[in-house]
Amino acid sequence: MTDSLETSLALQKLREFDAEAVEDAREFRGEITLYIRKNRLRAACEFLRDSTELSFKYLSDVTAVDNYPLEPRFEAVYHLYSIEHGRRLRLKARLPGDDPRIDSMVPVWPAANAFEREVFDLFGIHFEGHPFLRRIMMPEDWEGHPLRKDYPTTGYR
Amino acid sequence: MPITLEKIPGQEERVILSLGPQHPSTHGVLRLVLELDGETVVRAIFDIGYLHTGFEKTFEHLTYSQGITLTDRMDYLAPLSNNLGYCLAIEKLLNLEAPPRAQWIRVLLTELTRIQSHLVWLGTHAIELGAMSVFLYCFREREEILRIFEHVSGQRMMTSYFRVGGLALEPPLGWLQRVEKFMKTFPARIDEYETLLTKNPIWLRRTVGVGTISGPDGIALGLSGPSLRASGVNWDIRKAQPYSSYEKFQFNVPTRTEGDVYARYLVRMDEMRESLKIVRQAVDGLPEGPIKANAPHIVLPDRESMKTSIEALIYHFKLVTEGFHPPIGEVYQTIESPRGEIGFYIVSDGSPKPWRCHVRAPSFGNLQTLIKIVEGRLLADVVACIASLDGVLGEIDR
Repeated sequence: MTDSLETSLALQKLREFDAEAVEDAREFRGEITLYIRKNRLRAACEFLRDSTELSFKYLSDVTAVDNYPLEPRFEAVYHLYSIEHGRRLRLKARLPGDDPRIDSMVPVWPAANAFEREVFDLFGIHFEGHPFLRRIMMPEDWEGHPLRKDYPTTGYR
Repeated sequence: MPITLEKIPGQEERVILSLGPQHPSTHGVLRLVLELDGETVVRAIFDIGYLHTGFEKTFEHLTYSQGITLTDRMDYLAPLSNNLGYCLAIEKLLNLEAPPRAQWIRVLLTELTRIQSHLVWLGTHAIELGAMSVFLYCFREREEILRIFEHVSGQRMMTSYFRVGGLALEPPLGWLQRVEKFMKTFPARIDEYETLLTKNPIWLRRTVGVGTISGPDGIALGLSGPSLRASGVNWDIRKAQPYSSYEKFQFNVPTRTEGDVYARYLVRMDEMRESLKIVRQAVDGLPEGPIKANAPHIVLPDRESMKTSIEALIYHFKLVTEGFHPPIGEVYQTIESPRGEIGFYIVSDGSPKPWRCHVRAPSFGNLQTLIKIVEGRLLADVVACIASLDGVLGEIDR
């Protein structure tokens, strides 16, 4: 379903709920991306899940993007879906390259558990309050985070 | 040190059992750590990563077109579904649409993929619960579908047949007749499987009421696809957000409300029949016309025009050596794979290689349900639960 910034119900409702939460909003190919301030993310997500008009009860995906060497370097990306209304929404939170930390969304959507572990493992982003934040793809004693852009891809480790 | 379950302080010592990764019922290399009280599972966690090959990193070093070959290898039981999701994502990024004939053939092949994938699921599910003959029957039919794939793409499994903007090649002569032949024989074959299992008392004892999950719990845990529809949630991406002309096809979305292993079995059996209906409509209504979009700066030219037109030759050279430049942006495209919602998240920085390509694998999302449904069940039920969620470790580990 295509959506535009003017008609986006999620953006409008989220601004009503917390005027400070949305830092930036973009639209590309009918997909809405909302940049949320990272300390407001948990509350914003709870609102998006519980509001009957939005009801984003399904967390499709959690991932991250490394914008090295730009700062803020990381973006945590959340793809939400509302099964009742058939709408998608992308949330993003900007994180600094030095010690990236963000609240875990496991209390909001239990589905975030494995996805956040994957992001922690491959990007080194810490999810605060995650019940079991351990490496999931790489061996436990692995050094470095392979999906970071400055991770060496050639030569011996 | 592999992951293990820590002892809860103050609780009596219990047996910790490591199931897998080398275990025939774990569908690849899934490892479960189970805490047992007698034969009952008290706690469970999963340990994955044994097949991790860094596909997402590799995507960043390949051009958009080269990336198609990686998508086959993730979910090796549904290569064409993955090809479709990836191609649709890039087409969305480019604002390009494949011509109707290509879209119809894409639907036809992804539905055959769904049948093929469900056949492997049914065969392995049955053999794990002790029904050997079903496995042999399922693989007989699956082989015929793989031959159809080989006929059209040259490969049985790693097809890479869908390309950005259309298809690789026009299907060869005689191919549709082969699909027709398969469609004639297959309905009777599904009935045959059902006579072996649906009312079989042993099958019922092993599956009814086992591994139950409610719809809201499934949604919260990220469950999708037929496994979620077996819990009463009527959500199919083919209907909810149609892609590749699915809105033009008539089909039902089978749902059940029980949410147990048996319900998941029934939903997938009905899905195979519905998929066959879609294949029938795709064959009957297959439009004539080109199989590639008219976008010379993105789609490779035909062999013929390459030899006669200097422009086509230049485009060919540029596309092969450099690749195309999509606009800067990001897209998330989902499709209904045989296992559930597969999503491709692509971030473009305007260069011919993706800045980031992330795959939301349905099996990975479904895995979190597994450890929930095995809790409180017998050890023997764990095997039925693993099989009923139909995970493919290739896409879980990526």
